Amino acid sequence: MRWQPLSSSFEVVALPGPVVAATESPTIEQETRTEVEVDIPWQVVVHNDPVNLMSYVTMVFEKVLGFSREKAEKHMLEVHREGRSVVWSGLRERAELYVQQLHGYLLLATLERTH
Amino acid sequence: MEIRRQGEMLEIAELDPFLAELLRQIPDSAKPEGVQSAEDRLFSLPGDPADTELCSEWKLYVEPELRRLFRTANETVASDLKMLNGSTKPFANCTLRIPVKHAEAWLSALNQARLVIASKYGFAESELSDHYRSPIGSRRDLSLFQVNFYGFLQEFILHEMQGGPNGAAEA
Repeated sequence: MRWQPLSSSFEVVALPGPVVAATESPTIEQETRTEVEVDIPWQVVVHNDPVNLMSYVTMVFEKVLGFSREKAEKHMLEVHREGRSVVWSGLRERAELYVQQLHGYLLLATLERTH
Repeated sequence: MEIRRQGEMLEIAELDPFLAELLRQIPDSAKPEGVQSAEDRLFSLPGDPADTELCSEWKLYVEPELRRLFRTANETVASDLKMLNGSTKPFANCTLRIPVKHAEAWLSALNQARLVIASKYGFAESELSDHYRSPIGSRRDLSLFQVNFYGFLQEFILHEMQGGPNGAAEA
């Protein structure tokens, strides 16, 4: 896994030079883009599975994602009725961790880029 | 069969030989080896298969950890099930006691077994929710009963993990 989150940085680099009087040539600042990929949200999607019990899925949501019982049941029912539910979105690194934990409980979970 | 919590143990009493045998089969039933659909289900991809980098790194780093996790749960369950082998009379009812601290391992092993069996037989959602199907006339029917019996045990364990009352359930 790429456990490091994608990140963007936009550095302003001052070119080195001697300290000079104001009448001399101005210091030139140069912008350099150090990483091309901009950090965008990722989402953790749980897909319907006819074998996993509804009570089990609810318990996993509470345990892994820290949901309240009410919220866990809401997402569980969304999975059951709609076939999928976005249970979390944010940085890729954390999303990967959640997907891994959900797979540890044998839920069908995927990592998707937010459009 | 009677199932109840007794302090720090989950007790399944009055287990007839048939249900005891189904319990003994949990560790073997949970093994996906040789059934590609079961292997694919237990170790499903974490995202779009077109994302080859994500999927290949997952196979390399995460899947071995998942295999270890599932194997450990099965070993715990297999160890608890040894209690069923000590019966002095071959066709007598018996009792199984599961330490509450093993509940997570049991939930995992039961889930693995249900997923593998369901993948192997390709059960439809309508079949899985048909709890009154009878009689058992084929290996497929028996496997469906096995999936539902394991589901019943999961429900009970979940109920007890969530602090259910010390009541008893019968099947």
